[in-house]
Amino acid sequence: MSSHPSRAFHENSYLHGGFTLWSWLTTRDHKRIALLYMISITGFFFLGGAAATIIRIELLTPQGDLVDAHTYNELFTAHGIIMVWFFLIPSIPNTLGNFLIPLMIGAREVAFPRLNLASWYIYTLGGLFVLATLLFGGVDTGWTFYTPFATLFSNSNVVLAIVGVFVVGFSSILTGLNFIVTVHRMRAPGMTWFKLPLFVWANYATSIILVLATPVLAMTLCLIAFERITRIGIFDPSLGGDPLLFQHFFWFYSHPAVYIMVLPAMGVASEIIPCFARNRIFGYRFMTYAILGIAIIGFLVWGHHMFVSGQSMYASVVFSLLSFLVAIPSAIKVFNWTATLYKGSILFASPMLYALGFVGLFTIGGLTGLFLAAAALDVHLTDTYFVIAHFHYIMVGGTVMAYLGGLHFWWPKIVGRMYPETWGRIAAVVIFVGFNLTFFPQYIAGAMGMPRRYHVYSPEYQLLNVFSSTGAGMLAIGYLLPLVYLVWAMFRGKHAPANPWQATGLEWQTASPPPKENFETIPENIPSPYDYRSRTRS
Amino acid sequence: MSSHAAHFESDSHRHETAELGMWVFLATELMFFGPLLLGYAVGREMYGQAFAAASRHTDVVIGTINTAVLLTSSLFMALAAAAVRSDRTRMTMRCLLLTAALGVVFLVLKGFEYLSEWQEHLVPWADFRFEPRLRQGAGYFYYLYFAMTGLHALHLTIGIVASIVFALRLRVNSARALASQVGVTGLYWHFVDMIWVFLYPILYLVERHG
Repeated sequence: MSSHPSRAFHENSYLHGGFTLWSWLTTRDHKRIALLYMISITGFFFLGGAAATIIRIELLTPQGDLVDAHTYNELFTAHGIIMVWFFLIPSIPNTLGNFLIPLMIGAREVAFPRLNLASWYIYTLGGLFVLATLLFGGVDTGWTFYTPFATLFSNSNVVLAIVGVFVVGFSSILTGLNFIVTVHRMRAPGMTWFKLPLFVWANYATSIILVLATPVLAMTLCLIAFERITRIGIFDPSLGGDPLLFQHFFWFYSHPAVYIMVLPAMGVASEIIPCFARNRIFGYRFMTYAILGIAIIGFLVWGHHMFVSGQSMYASVVFSLLSFLVAIPSAIKVFNWTATLYKGSILFASPMLYALGFVGLFTIGGLTGLFLAAAALDVHLTDTYFVIAHFHYIMVGGTVMAYLGGLHFWWPKIVGRMYPETWGRIAAVVIFVGFNLTFFPQYIAGAMGMPRRYHVYSPEYQLLNVFSSTGAGMLAIGYLLPLVYLVWAMFRGKHAPANPWQATGLEWQTASPPPKENFETIPENIPSPYDYRSRTRS
Repeated sequence: MSSHAAHFESDSHRHETAELGMWVFLATELMFFGPLLLGYAVGREMYGQAFAAASRHTDVVIGTINTAVLLTSSLFMALAAAAVRSDRTRMTMRCLLLTAALGVVFLVLKGFEYLSEWQEHLVPWADFRFEPRLRQGAGYFYYLYFAMTGLHALHLTIGIVASIVFALRLRVNSARALASQVGVTGLYWHFVDMIWVFLYPILYLVERHG
């Protein structure tokens, strides 16, 4: 980069001053830590993706011809563990959140910079445990570690994998803690709560879930590991324990974890859509209430994962009702994004394509979630591909689309250079089409009764699976494209101005890339967010 | 303090930020104990009689003395926090060391308790013996007993180490320089104490009269 003519602001940019590996590994700059996370999670994303690729190739034919049943079990377990804990959960908060939250609130740093770096090291340590698990032969329990299989019967590296997930949980907790305190204590003077961008609100709510739900998983994993080692524990029915207790603990974390994944994605969409519709976001206050509502109600719906587990029918009725309730704030958000488009002057730039894709796919994923929340219908759909399709629409169609949209939107800010717009649009369309081709047939296969987690299936499902595997190939190409051109843009892209999108938000008021201290002077006269109407159009 | 203090406006801003950080951390800690407490509630519902019988095998004398020891330690921690606010370095140091010493007394007594439970075959994963009719529920009880008190002891150990470290650092630093650290350690210590206030009745006092 030094070969390029550097501008005045470049001298002071966070990317300059210290090129050595050591300066990156000991940095306390939230922007550099965000990039450390970005590199790590990208590695895990493609590792988890590789497992998915083998799964989809195996499922091209009804017979088990590529891998045996045991290897298949290990593949979907690896895919699940890696994608959930090492990509999706840290994806938006730890990369975009780390980079942007201090900038958006007009702060020079997060509240605890050393803790922020420690959080990345803890993530890396957890990741090493998971890599070790894979090297020593994998785990076959599924990412859910259900008892008594995980505690008494599985002959794979359960404890090693559990240690990895346990460790990475503390990285989540510390990041959540850091964000909560940062939003409370580090806001610039005049940056009141209702002037915060919705991205900050979303990450704030996410952080509350991270801090309150993750420790429950941590303790549950301890209990499983201990039970596996000593053969004594409270989940073993032969000793008077209760395996359902495990499921309650697990889903008490893992359902809110879905909101950990999707709330930040909603935050990203709420930044992109007003910007490219040149319109004020519709119903800002209701958006904040909806974010908090989702975070709170999200804690009370875990039992909808257990309709067929034998839990009390009355519990199921209540959990079903609460699950329907969580759809209300989610729908408010979808309506508000749509209303933001109304009478806007819409520009279909790449970030906008991803954001609109997010809204559509999230809506399909959310509505099919209502099918599953209906206790009677769920009995038919439990453990079928319908469930797989549903949560991939939320996690991949929702979170990954928004993450990519956010990467494109803020890439000029992060690296100081523009990405190639045409390629950006091509990739967005390829990913959208590839995604639907992969997962929509799975809804149909699931409704027809195809069960999840088997490497062989009955021949009547083959056509749908061929569609699905073809789509997966397309999706793989779609994901490799941004990897190539975003990295290219980092070194060869056209220099970005401070505010290439004419966007509101304090992060656009500073140079691209931002100086080490974020702002030359801390911004004063904080405007209300999303004030696009009063701006001249570009 | 060090380089990373630069992004705070003032000492009080730094202090309040550290304090909020600790409160959030304690919320996490409480949820970390959560599954054990819920597991206990479920066990007590399923095996009420066995829980009562198992509880009568705990050493209520040591448990009660330890409760007094820990509450007294919290008194000294509160005095340390008051002393550090009024900038009395030596007083702060003494209070911190007394707090840590009482923490050590607690751990030593707890150690003796564990030893006698080991000798009475009350450790569920090492030749557990109990009245056959109630064996299953009692095993469940003692599993949670060791998990909860063990986790509590681990937390207490961390608190003792932190108290000693800051007491020693007060030999070279003024109370003013360490006000944040001492205040935050105090919050943590009181939390560990509070956990015990809940563990004591649910482990030692289940239908003692019976």
